[in-house]
Amino acid sequence: MDAQAVETILQNHPKDPSSIIQVLLDIQNELYYLPREVLEHVSKSLNVPLSRTYSLATFYKAFSLKPKGKYPIAVCTGTACHVQGAVRILEQIERELSIKEGETTPDKKFSVETVRCLGCCGLAPVVTVGKNLHGKVPMAKVSKILKQY
Amino acid sequence: MGKIAIEDLAKIQEAARYKIALRQGAGRVRINVHMGTCGIAAGARGILTAVMKEIEARNLHDVIITNSGCAGLCSQEPMMTIEVLGEPAPVKYVLLTPEKITKIIDMHVLKGQVVKECALALGSERTR
Amino acid sequence: MAYRTYLMVCAGTGCVANQSMKIKDKLESEIRKRGLQDEVSVVTTGCNGFCAVGPLMVVQPDGIFYQLLKETDIPFLVEEHFVKGRLVKELLYTPPREKAPIPKMSDIPFFADQTLIVLRNRGLINPENIDEYIARGGYQALAKVLTLMTPDQVIQEIKASGLRGRGGGGFPTGIKWETCKNVPSDTHYVICNADEGDPGAFMDRSTIESDPHAVIEGMLIGAYAIGSREGYVYIRNEYPIALERLQVAIKQAREYGLLGQKIFNKDFDFEIRIVRGAGAFVCGESTALMASIEGRPGEPRAKYVHTVERGLWDKPTCLNNVETWANVPQIIEKGAGWFSSIGTGDVTSDAWGGSKGTKVFSLAGKVNNTGLIEVPMGITLRKIIFDIGGGIKDGKKFKAVQTGGPSGGFIPESLLDLPVDYEELTKVGSMMGSGGMVVADENNCMVDMAKYFLAFTQAESCGKCVPCREGTKRMLDILEKITVGKGTEEDLVLLEELSNMVVESSLCALGGSAPNPVLTTLKYFREEYEAHVKDKHCPGHSCRELIQYIIDPELCLGKGHGCHVCAKNCPDGAIVGETKQVHTIDVMKCGKCGICYDVCKFDAIHIE
Ligand SMILES: Cc1cc2nc3c(=O)[nH]c(=O)nc-3n(C[C@H](O)[C@H](O)[C@H](O)COP(=O)(O)O)c2cc1C
Ligand code: FES
Repeated sequence: MDAQAVETILQNHPKDPSSIIQVLLDIQNELYYLPREVLEHVSKSLNVPLSRTYSLATFYKAFSLKPKGKYPIAVCTGTACHVQGAVRILEQIERELSIKEGETTPDKKFSVETVRCLGCCGLAPVVTVGKNLHGKVPMAKVSKILKQY
Repeated sequence: MGKIAIEDLAKIQEAARYKIALRQGAGRVRINVHMGTCGIAAGARGILTAVMKEIEARNLHDVIITNSGCAGLCSQEPMMTIEVLGEPAPVKYVLLTPEKITKIIDMHVLKGQVVKECALALGSERTR
Repeated sequence: MAYRTYLMVCAGTGCVANQSMKIKDKLESEIRKRGLQDEVSVVTTGCNGFCAVGPLMVVQPDGIFYQLLKETDIPFLVEEHFVKGRLVKELLYTPPREKAPIPKMSDIPFFADQTLIVLRNRGLINPENIDEYIARGGYQALAKVLTLMTPDQVIQEIKASGLRGRGGGGFPTGIKWETCKNVPSDTHYVICNADEGDPGAFMDRSTIESDPHAVIEGMLIGAYAIGSREGYVYIRNEYPIALERLQVAIKQAREYGLLGQKIFNKDFDFEIRIVRGAGAFVCGESTALMASIEGRPGEPRAKYVHTVERGLWDKPTCLNNVETWANVPQIIEKGAGWFSSIGTGDVTSDAWGGSKGTKVFSLAGKVNNTGLIEVPMGITLRKIIFDIGGGIKDGKKFKAVQTGGPSGGFIPESLLDLPVDYEELTKVGSMMGSGGMVVADENNCMVDMAKYFLAFTQAESCGKCVPCREGTKRMLDILEKITVGKGTEEDLVLLEELSNMVVESSLCALGGSAPNPVLTTLKYFREEYEAHVKDKHCPGHSCRELIQYIIDPELCLGKGHGCHVCAKNCPDGAIVGETKQVHTIDVMKCGKCGICYDVCKFDAIHIE
């Protein structure tokens, strides 16, 4: 495990219980999920009870306790995307990959989740794959987009 | 730059103002160098550089330099048009050289006197 | 170094997503190729606002607006415009239903009808360069308050301006500052709320992206007035560009000594820290936000003691929205009188008596010109949607506009002449909100929209209080039942009753406002609910269980010559027919995904 990465992140923040959310965010961005060992380690380092760390990790939407795919797909279901048919885009992706929202493909390549507004509502419907953002996605183009990866 | 004092705000503002004023499209004087294929062949690029140099040397903050296409009078290139806010009509200058530029900027842009010997005619279409 | 021409390339989130940085690189390389690098400079700016036509750029000083740029357009554009001095007509903006393009940005209706205070620097300065902010008069307001005004005078000025909170509630800002200041304590905090939880809104993101120093200067002025030495910006994790710009801005301000100790050599210290949110809508609420900064789950508490008295770490805390802070330097510089001359009502005797200044909205949904707009208070919704927004997409009919996000409501056509004003919007059951404005057209189902928002608040309910946790769940069940055609008339009565109960008994404003989308749709679009319940029909052709896709044989064969594209795309194999023949949909197999409707170029597929 990337113990080194976690250590570096811990050093970037004040060693204080109030830093916990910021630390977990950095770890999530690095590893795309929060493994149990890491939660335990962070809890100990920042002097936060594990139960509290766990409740944070489940309360906030940014955190995931399960590993994601190499290319996490996020379908925006904000209002602007909703009125432009985001649900149908989501279903099309689910159909193409034969997985449901919250799941990862068996080859660990893709995982699918929904997010609330990525702040580019003018481009609705919006889908991000990994770090790339695709705007004005037509339903029929979904498979073509996925094939790029 | 380290810590700044209140007086420094004005200095920073002054230094960057010209740049920002241009972006806002504000300005007292507008100099338009005609840069169609013909103008460029006749040396309009050198004229443009000369204009920019003169403006910068005089530290003028209210002059906008732009370029446009052929003005339709290729025989008189390089040409430029100067519009000054409040003056009745733009003036077209023709057959320019860098020396003429210095004079035109000094006389027309700074003092508001049209340099008649370089001007084609007074009065032509406005560019804005 | 000055240049003759500046290319202001938008680097807001929307344009960056559309590859505007590649456009910038290409511009630079083409300019260099032609030896123009000493004449023409490429500048990246924050969000220009007209996101619908991005990637875009403005050529200054002429103000020429180029839009929908592609990398392959750039060599031609540079050659034509910057070498030959000719406009490239194909890349100019042409309004819908018109033929002639409009070259100048200031002539485009989308921009012409706006009034810029908060966004006055958008597209003009490079947000990552503090000097450019200063060149536009930045930090002069701070200098003014530190040299010429007492904290009380600052508060009086803000009070007199009539500025009210832009985060949703519209609380008079001056009163909030005064109350906070008057609480005796060794420490006071100021916080900038950049959580922007409303899904479908991006004003705060854009404000930070295009002018981060305005927010910082506003916070500095507020801190001076309140007597605070420490501030926080609580920003959404989903906004990487805004976060980065803010970090750069804070660093630059610190280098200039505009943050830190003895600012401008006066007896005034102030520091700003950034805290990232972790994706919870409820954290936009003041007490939940403060809990989250403290490193706890974002659960609101009852507000019998207000946060201005006991907020972050139990200290008096003044929380304001991004846009509220960004208004402050302008008010100080130009005066309360100038600010209060814009807008509606009169705030001299009653702080709640009017709506002053401007409001930034993110206009999205089924309008032609989606993007970010700033308009004077009091402008009508009709003007926003039909003049600035350019009307409804694809010539469809307007149905409703939603303001205030999950806490707001839907406003029907009959009320479009309503002025944008805190009280007026609340009166019709919606609210100003933080500035989300989403337009729905005839193809949107109002029951589905209500369900959408309720599903949102239901999922975001923190679960602490029962009315919100359970009430919204039961309401959602009922809406679900209605959209699948199993609702009854009693359900509508129950839904209304539950809504009112949740409004009255929830702990925080999340629950207290969650039923608004349901209540407003019940009020203005009751016939749509009744159609679902009585006729099992969805007038918006959107509720899956109540619709059927069918192919018009005449159009399919007559216009499309049986092109077979629908059949190829159908994931269920529900479309039968050979090329050059009439196609039909097998309703038993059809999963109603709607892809056939999307791909048919001949409008041969209908929804019934
Ligand atoms: C559920 C909920 C979510 C909120 N979300 C936001 C938000 O995203 N941004 C914001 O500025 N205010 C939000 N608010 C309002 C804040 O609680 C607070 O009133 C506001 O930030 C105060 O700033 P203002 O007076 O400048 O508007 C929210 C309130 C509630 C109840
Ligand atoms: S609603 Fe999808 S980006 Fe805003």
